[in-house]
Amino acid sequence: MADSKANPGLLLDIRNLRIEATVFPPGEPPKNIVLVHDVSLTLQKGKVLGLIGESGAGKSTIGLSSMGYGRGGVRITGGEVILNGRDILKGGKDGFRKLRGREVCYVAQSAAAAFNPAHRLMDQVVEATLLHGTATRAEAEKRAVALFKKLSLPNPETIGERFPHQVSGGQLQRVMTAMALCSEPDLIVFDEPTTALDVTTQIDVLAAIKDAIRDTHVAALYITHDLAVVAQVSDEIMVLRHGRLVEWGGTRQIIKEPRQEYTNALVSVHEIEHAEQKPGTTPFLSVKNVTAAYGRSHIKVLKNVSVDIYPGQTLAVVGESGSGKSTLARAITGLLPPEEGTVTFDGRPLANRLADRPKEDLRQLQMIYQMADVAMNPRQTVGTIIGRPLEFYFGIRGRERNRRVAELLDKIEMGKGFVDRYPAELSGGQKQRVCIARSLAAKPKLIICDEVTSALDPLVAHGILELLLELQKEENVAYLFITHDLATVKSIADSIAVMYRGEVVRYGSKSQVLSPPFDAYTDLLLSSVPEMEIGWLEKAIKGRRMASAGN
Amino acid sequence: MSSPILKLIAQRVALGIVLLLAVSVLIFAGTQILPGDVAQAILGQSATPESLANLREQLGLNDPAYVRYFHWLGGALTGDLGTAMSSGQDIATSIKGRLWNTLFLAFWAAIVAVPLAIILGLIAVRYRNGWVDKLISGLALASTSFPEFFIGYVLVYFFAVKWQIFPGISTVYDGMPFLERMQAITLPAAALTLVVLAHMMRMTRAAILNVMQSAYVETAELKGLSAFNVIRKHAFPNAIAPIINVVMLNLAYLIVGVVVVEVIFVYPGMGQYLVDHVTKRDVPVVQAVGLIFAAVYISLNIIADIAAIVANPRLRHPK
Repeated sequence: MADSKANPGLLLDIRNLRIEATVFPPGEPPKNIVLVHDVSLTLQKGKVLGLIGESGAGKSTIGLSSMGYGRGGVRITGGEVILNGRDILKGGKDGFRKLRGREVCYVAQSAAAAFNPAHRLMDQVVEATLLHGTATRAEAEKRAVALFKKLSLPNPETIGERFPHQVSGGQLQRVMTAMALCSEPDLIVFDEPTTALDVTTQIDVLAAIKDAIRDTHVAALYITHDLAVVAQVSDEIMVLRHGRLVEWGGTRQIIKEPRQEYTNALVSVHEIEHAEQKPGTTPFLSVKNVTAAYGRSHIKVLKNVSVDIYPGQTLAVVGESGSGKSTLARAITGLLPPEEGTVTFDGRPLANRLADRPKEDLRQLQMIYQMADVAMNPRQTVGTIIGRPLEFYFGIRGRERNRRVAELLDKIEMGKGFVDRYPAELSGGQKQRVCIARSLAAKPKLIICDEVTSALDPLVAHGILELLLELQKEENVAYLFITHDLATVKSIADSIAVMYRGEVVRYGSKSQVLSPPFDAYTDLLLSSVPEMEIGWLEKAIKGRRMASAGN
Repeated sequence: MSSPILKLIAQRVALGIVLLLAVSVLIFAGTQILPGDVAQAILGQSATPESLANLREQLGLNDPAYVRYFHWLGGALTGDLGTAMSSGQDIATSIKGRLWNTLFLAFWAAIVAVPLAIILGLIAVRYRNGWVDKLISGLALASTSFPEFFIGYVLVYFFAVKWQIFPGISTVYDGMPFLERMQAITLPAAALTLVVLAHMMRMTRAAILNVMQSAYVETAELKGLSAFNVIRKHAFPNAIAPIINVVMLNLAYLIVGVVVVEVIFVYPGMGQYLVDHVTKRDVPVVQAVGLIFAAVYISLNIIADIAAIVANPRLRHPK
C-alpha cells in the first residue's frame, strides 16, 4: 500500500511470483514442476509491457496471473499480484470474478476459437460490461459500435449482429480487442493476438490495437514470441526463458543493445546467409499450366500454375493462407489430381493420380509437414519411423537397417540414444528432425516442405533451416519450400514463386523476385513483414499500395 | 430460415419415409417367415381341409406375397390395420385407446425425467470430480444398472404394499378423473424415470464437459462469469445437439420399450397389448404394433436430427 501511494501511476506490481503445476508423466508418480520462478514486474498506468520468450517461457502463465487465472490445474503458489493497490491473490474466487472482465480483460491468440459460436458478436462483446453493471445495454452497445469504428471494422453498426463464423479471422481479432476495451478496463492482457494471422492481416490488426491502446490510455501486457512485433507496440520489453527473467528494459535497449546472450540470440535469429544458386540448364521437375479444384467446385484453387525445380536447389512458394500453396504440393504429389496441365519428372509426365504412380515415383517425392507430431505414429519408436522407408522402398532389414537408421540420426544431429524413443518424448524441434530423417531415408530427389518451421520457436526453426541447407549440400536434394514467412524464404531459397489467390504472381530467382520494381501484391507481402525497428509499423502502413485480402 | 437448412430438413424427412417403408417390408417378411398357418390357427386343429381352403381364399392367403404386402400397407396407410385373429376385433380401434394410454404415461415420465436429467447433468459438470458429481453419477448409474422389473417391484413393495400411498396396479379406464389417473400412473412413471434418467444425465455431462475445454469457455471465465453461468450460457448451447439426440432416443424408449413396466403394473398400454398377442400368435396385431413402434422411433430420431441442424448457427446463418 505504501508503495502505491509513493507511486500513484503504478497499476500492476507483481512480486516474486511463483507458479507451479502437477504433471503426470506416464509410468511415474505425479510430480510438481515450477513454471514461473520468482518473477517480479511492475507496470505503470497506460503503459505497454511486452512479455517475450519461446514456448514454455511462462509468458502466458504470468499474463493470466494478473487475472488470478491458471490454465488447466496451474497454481499460483507464491508471491503477490498487486493490482490497483491491493493483492488480488487474497481476494479469493469472488474477488477474481469481480476484477475479471472489469479491471483486467483478455485478448486470446485465436479469436476464432475464443468467440462462442452459438452467440452473436454483440452479445459477447457487451457481456462483461453488463455483468459487472458498469453500463446499461444501450450504452454498452453504443460504446461497442464506437470501438468497432475505431478498430476500422467494416459495417461497424451491423457487424455485431453477425455470428463468429460469418466474420474473417483478422476481423474477429479486432472484435475481440473491442470486447476487451468495452468494459473500459485498466489493463488488457494480449496473448499472441496476431500470431495466428497472415502477415498481411497482422499489420492491420497490430496497427488497430496500437491506436486503440494509445487513445483509451489502457495499460497492456503484450505477450508474443515475435520480437519484431512487440517492438512496435511496447514501451518496455521483458525477456523470459524457462519461467525465469532474462532481461527487462526499454524497447530500444532490448532490440538495439541487448545485454544478455539469450536476448541477443533472439534478436539476431533470422539471419542465415544463403548464397543463391543459379538455376541449372534442365529442371528435373516441371509443373506446366496446372489448374486444380476441390471436389466438383467451380472455384479453382490453382489457376494455370507453372514452376520448375532444379536438382539440388530450393524453390520457395510464398503466399498467405488460401493462396493455393499447399494445394500446389498436393497436385505435385498426386494427392489432388489436377484438372488441367501436367507435372513432368525427369523428362516424362507423372501420372495425375497418386494411385497410378509406381513405387519408384513415390520414393522420389517425399513430404515434411508443419505439424510434426501428428505426422508420426505415436505408437512407433523413432527407429521404426525412420526405418520404415528403408524397408518399404529398398527392402533393407535387420542389422543393415539399424546401421542406416543410426547414420540418419547422426545426419539430423540426434544421437543413437533416440532410436527407442517415442514421438511424445521428443521436443518440437526433435520431432521435425525425425520427420526430415524419415523423408531422407527414401533418398528422394525432391522433398516438399510444407510450413515446416511455422509451428516452431524462432531459435529452433533456425536450427532446422540450417540443417536443411546442410543436408541439401550433402545429398543434393531439392526442396519445394512452402511458407508464409518471408524471412525464412530469404534464408533458404534459390528461386521464389509468389502466389496470390491460386495464381503465381511473381516467379524467378531469389534476387530477381526480391528486388524492385515490385508488383502490388509482392510489395504488400514484403512491406508487411515486421522489422525489428521502432516506428516500422507507422512507416509500413503509410507506404502500402493495396489492402490485404484478409479484410 | 434459408434454403440450405430447408434442403437438409427435407432430406432427413425423405430419408425417414424411405426407412419406414424398408422397415414395413422387414416386418411383413418377418411375420411371413414365422412357422404356422393363419387359417389353421383361426379354425383350430379340428378344421376340415375344405374349410381351411375356403378360409385361405377368403383371407387372400393364396395371393403372392407382394400383393398381400401392398394390400396390408395400403390398409395401414388409410388407417385400416386389419382385424385381430384372436378376438376378431378391429385392430385400429383397440390400439387407439392403448396408444393414448402409452403416450400419456410416456409424456409424464418424460416431463419429469428430461429436465431432471439435464439439470443433474449441469450440476455434475459444475462440481465435476467433486463429491456432488460422484454422488449424482453413482446414483444414476445404479438406477440404470438395476433391471426395470426390479425397480418396479421395489417401488411397489414400498409405496403400494408397505406405505400404501400409490396403487400397485395401474388400472385406468375411459372417463377416469385426471387426478385419479395421475395417481394410478405415478409408480410406473417413477420406474420409467429412474430407468432413463442416468443415460440422459451422463450424456449431458459428457457433452458439456467436451466443450468445457474450448477457448470460448475460458473467455467466459475471464469475463468474470460465475461457474454455473459459464456452463449454462456458454457450454450448454454448444452441447445441445448430442443432448437432444440422447433425449429423443430415451423418449422413443419410453414409448416402445415400456413392455416390462406395463406388464408389472398391469397398465393397459401398447406393450401389454403386444405381449398378449405375441403369445396368441396374432400376426396382424404384431405387424400393426411393430409398424407403429417403428414409426414412433423413426420420427423421434428425425426430430432429433432436425433439432441438431437448427441448433447449429453455421447452418442457420450461412455466410
